[in-house]
Amino acid sequence: MIRFDQVSKTYPNQSRAALRDISLEIERGEFVFVIGSSGSGKSTFMRLILREERPSAGRVYVAGKDLSKLSNWKIPQLRRQIGTVFQDFRLLPNKTVEQNVAFALEVIGKSRPTIGKAVPEVLDLVGLGGKGGRYPNELSGGEQQRVAIARAFVNRPMVLIADEPTGNLDPETSVGIMKLLDRINRAGTTVVMVTHDQAIVNQMRRRVLELDGGNLVRDQSRGVYGYVR
Amino acid sequence: MRAQFVFSEIFIGLRRNLTMTIAVVVSAAVALGMLGVALLMLFQTSQMKDYWYDKVEVSVFLCTKEDQGLHASTCSAGQVTDTQMTALQADLAGNPLVQQVFPETQPEAFARYKEQAKGSPVTDYVTPDQIPASLRVKLKSPTTENIDAIRSTYQGQQGVETVSDQKTILKPLFKLFNGLTVSATTVAVVMVGLALMLIVNTVRLSAFSRRRETGIMRLVGASNFYIRLPFLMEGAVAGLGGVAVAALGVASFKFFLIDRVLAPSFTFTSFIGWDKVLVTVLILVPVGLLMAVGASALSLRKYLKV
Ligand SMILES: Nc1ncnc2c1ncn2[C@@H]1O[C@H](COP(=O)(O)OP(=O)(O)O)[C@@H](O)[C@H]1O
Ligand SMILES: [Mg+2]
Repeated sequence: MIRFDQVSKTYPNQSRAALRDISLEIERGEFVFVIGSSGSGKSTFMRLILREERPSAGRVYVAGKDLSKLSNWKIPQLRRQIGTVFQDFRLLPNKTVEQNVAFALEVIGKSRPTIGKAVPEVLDLVGLGGKGGRYPNELSGGEQQRVAIARAFVNRPMVLIADEPTGNLDPETSVGIMKLLDRINRAGTTVVMVTHDQAIVNQMRRRVLELDGGNLVRDQSRGVYGYVR
Repeated sequence: MRAQFVFSEIFIGLRRNLTMTIAVVVSAAVALGMLGVALLMLFQTSQMKDYWYDKVEVSVFLCTKEDQGLHASTCSAGQVTDTQMTALQADLAGNPLVQQVFPETQPEAFARYKEQAKGSPVTDYVTPDQIPASLRVKLKSPTTENIDAIRSTYQGQQGVETVSDQKTILKPLFKLFNGLTVSATTVAVVMVGLALMLIVNTVRLSAFSRRRETGIMRLVGASNFYIRLPFLMEGAVAGLGGVAVAALGVASFKFFLIDRVLAPSFTFTSFIGWDKVLVTVLILVPVGLLMAVGASALSLRKYLKV
């Protein structure tokens, strides 16, 4: 589903590479944690998948497509197949929960009946049935993140990438979000999640990619956070 | 494409930057208005040239009986004699510069005068023998030098009251219109530049104030066109606002300056009609749109990441 082939990334005007010679493959339907200290290149890894950045060397493939060969006007098509969730939720404060989720479908030109059906469905799925009329500031952090996940998932993407989705949440709420992501993954969606949360990684026992200073220092299936080399 | 969504975005954008929107509309209006005036003047100049090249350029006015006192040197005999007139006509016809000579008798001249001055009470007191007969001369090539040559040859001859040419009469008018064209074009160029900068900046502000929305749109895979359309339409609406105000300006130029001031003072030439005003406005519409949408697109390329 996602393949990195000797990928390096150095940002303009930076002497140090953000990623160095990364090669790996993530299969369809996998659940992958990306861990590593701050500045180790985790977000850069995610941005390369989204084609928000281009690698300085090497190739990134998503769903069999070489992103370096993807012309600019096709990038939106790629992003429609990838749901994205961030630590800071990125909801529109002046729109209700329903409108926030519907926005993602409106702007890719989905029809009104499609939206009218898909939005309540996905809100039920994330456990926010009945809260569609609320505004983001009327929701708890965990609920806001569920809205963001609903928005990322409403178009049923093949891949969901989440950059520290529980970073702003307390442990208990985080568990709920993890359960939701796990459920989405079990339904067949590939999930790539950046996290600092040891408890979550240790509990889930899924594949772990660890980055350190831009190098891939560990790729372990059924891994734990505190792995000692 | 959801039209309602796009329109609400345009409206929100325009309202959010109301002062900038007004600035854009005003500067675009001045730019386009000046462009419009320059166009009208070009139409007018070309119409006058057409009109003028069709006509007899030089008129040799012959003495009337009243000229005995007024132009004593060449009209000492009073009313021009048939002999003098025939001689002058033959002489003109033989002049290598001249293409054709049309004599106009006093009754003909009187009829034309009454036609031109229709409605004026003066016509009641004018009699045919006060209006001079003339020889209207069409030149092979109506250059200023040739006109001057004809004038100097015939001005002092017996029986000739005066030689006048329309080019000399029209000269101040041509000068005025050329001046207007040049100054309107200059102002237009400066204002177009200003309008472009304002539009670029307005769209930049607009893109910045909506970066949250556009960021999400990018993430969920909205097409570039869809993301940019509201901004482009915003530019287009402001541009069309500018065109509308400019059209009013151009129309008042025609209504107040041309019809009320120039036309009554220069009755011997024709002025452009409303059809030319319409053509001008129809030219301004695409120019205004192109200006606004072009500047918006430029601004988006620079300030809206894809
Ligand atoms: N847009 C950018 N421009 C320049 N340098 C950047 C940019 N984004 C990240 N970096 C640098 O790249 C390295 C990796 O950053 P990032 O991928 O955000 O790490 P992480 O998400 O693991 O904290 C850091 O040294 C960071 O300073
Ligand atoms: Mg990061």
